[in-house]
Amino acid sequence: MPIQFQFEPIFAESDRIVDGVLLTLGLSFGAIVLGLVLAILLVAAKSLLGRWVGLLVDAYVELMRNTPFLVQLFMLFFGLPLLGIRLPGTEAALLAMTLNLSAYATEIIRAGVDSIHRSQLEAGLSLAMTRRQVFQHVVLMPALARVWPALSSQFVLMLLASSICSFIAVPELSGTAAIIEQNTFRSFETYIVVTLIYLVLALTLKVALDRLGRAIFPRISSVDRLDAKAEAA
Amino acid sequence: MTTFGWPEALFLFRAAGWTLLLTAIAFLIGGLLGGVLAIMRLSRIRIVRRIAATYILVIQSIPVLMVLFMSYYGLSLFGVELPPFLAASASLAIYVSAYLAEIWRGSIESVPFQQWEASASLAHSPAQTYRHVILPQAVRISLPPTVGFLVQLVKNTSIVSVVGFVELARAGQLVNNATFDSFRVFGLVALIYFAICFPLSRLSRHLEKVMNASRPH
Repeated sequence: MPIQFQFEPIFAESDRIVDGVLLTLGLSFGAIVLGLVLAILLVAAKSLLGRWVGLLVDAYVELMRNTPFLVQLFMLFFGLPLLGIRLPGTEAALLAMTLNLSAYATEIIRAGVDSIHRSQLEAGLSLAMTRRQVFQHVVLMPALARVWPALSSQFVLMLLASSICSFIAVPELSGTAAIIEQNTFRSFETYIVVTLIYLVLALTLKVALDRLGRAIFPRISSVDRLDAKAEAA
Repeated sequence: MTTFGWPEALFLFRAAGWTLLLTAIAFLIGGLLGGVLAIMRLSRIRIVRRIAATYILVIQSIPVLMVLFMSYYGLSLFGVELPPFLAASASLAIYVSAYLAEIWRGSIESVPFQQWEASASLAHSPAQTYRHVILPQAVRISLPPTVGFLVQLVKNTSIVSVVGFVELARAGQLVNNATFDSFRVFGLVALIYFAICFPLSRLSRHLEKVMNASRPH
């Protein structure tokens, strides 16, 4: 018997799919922005505050990076209510994604900060800048520029990982897929369509982040290229 | 309602064994497939290169969860009803193959091209060159990122709980549903994952340092 594909029932639910895509994008953008800000604060805390704060940041990063996102999500969704904090699924998902991403981003940005040459810091300090000012005006942007490609791929991975939020019934794209599958009984067709949408979203985000990186860091990256040439010579 | 005690904890530890087994099988099958893909990606024949590159790009751009659903429902279309363990291993292997192929391609490419020339001048065939000259060096270079990826794999095995296979994350859910002691249950689950992943992370970082030390800079 030949296999008959029926996509009409799936497309009949296109409103639902659009809502799912919007929630996936909303969660991802929210987590990227919040996670990036949190990561910058954590790196700043590690660089500027004492050794103990640094160790705490390290512990946080290692804990998040060495446990599955799914378990972190469960911990927040099922665990927080025991403390009297009841988060709806979507908020729990955003919080889990933000915390998870911040740990990876902290590790990446820290590598960028470490790659800034010591002479830069000394130059800043000799201009009577405070250590905070040096971090803010001398170190941060070049560090971000250097690690932007690594950050970008981490952001794309976060977009893909957002699909795991369907485990706590968040109606983002893959959560929507589960609902459509129940309504239509066309499992394979549902997941083909949804998978293709993820593919388009991920590739688009990748290109967009590349463009954004070139827009934010045009001058710095050209300086970096000069540095690279000088080192090669 | 049961309380969270030793029997529940033991149940979690036993489930962790399944997580490890799943990781091992996915890594083995995915590694074999990934190795073939890495070499295809570097083939002299354009179409072969293209096929491998497209496969890698697609798999890396869709969620593991979708790989899982696609292989699960795709196969059942053909009347193949896979038991959850096989479906889980197969889809994780597909996921692994794409990432390892890319890691290993990078490692093979970072072996200096003079090594290829030297090997060719000794009248080695391409297969002999790979076997005796390139791969022994590439394997060394690839060790740190490969071990690092193993951490991602261990964590991503948690996703297969969705097809009903009881590994560590699913076991945690089951115990949680029975005890409602979410903090302790998922705390222990997280701790077990951490106990598996953290040493691997450290090993990866250590290997990276050892390898870098031997390289002139």
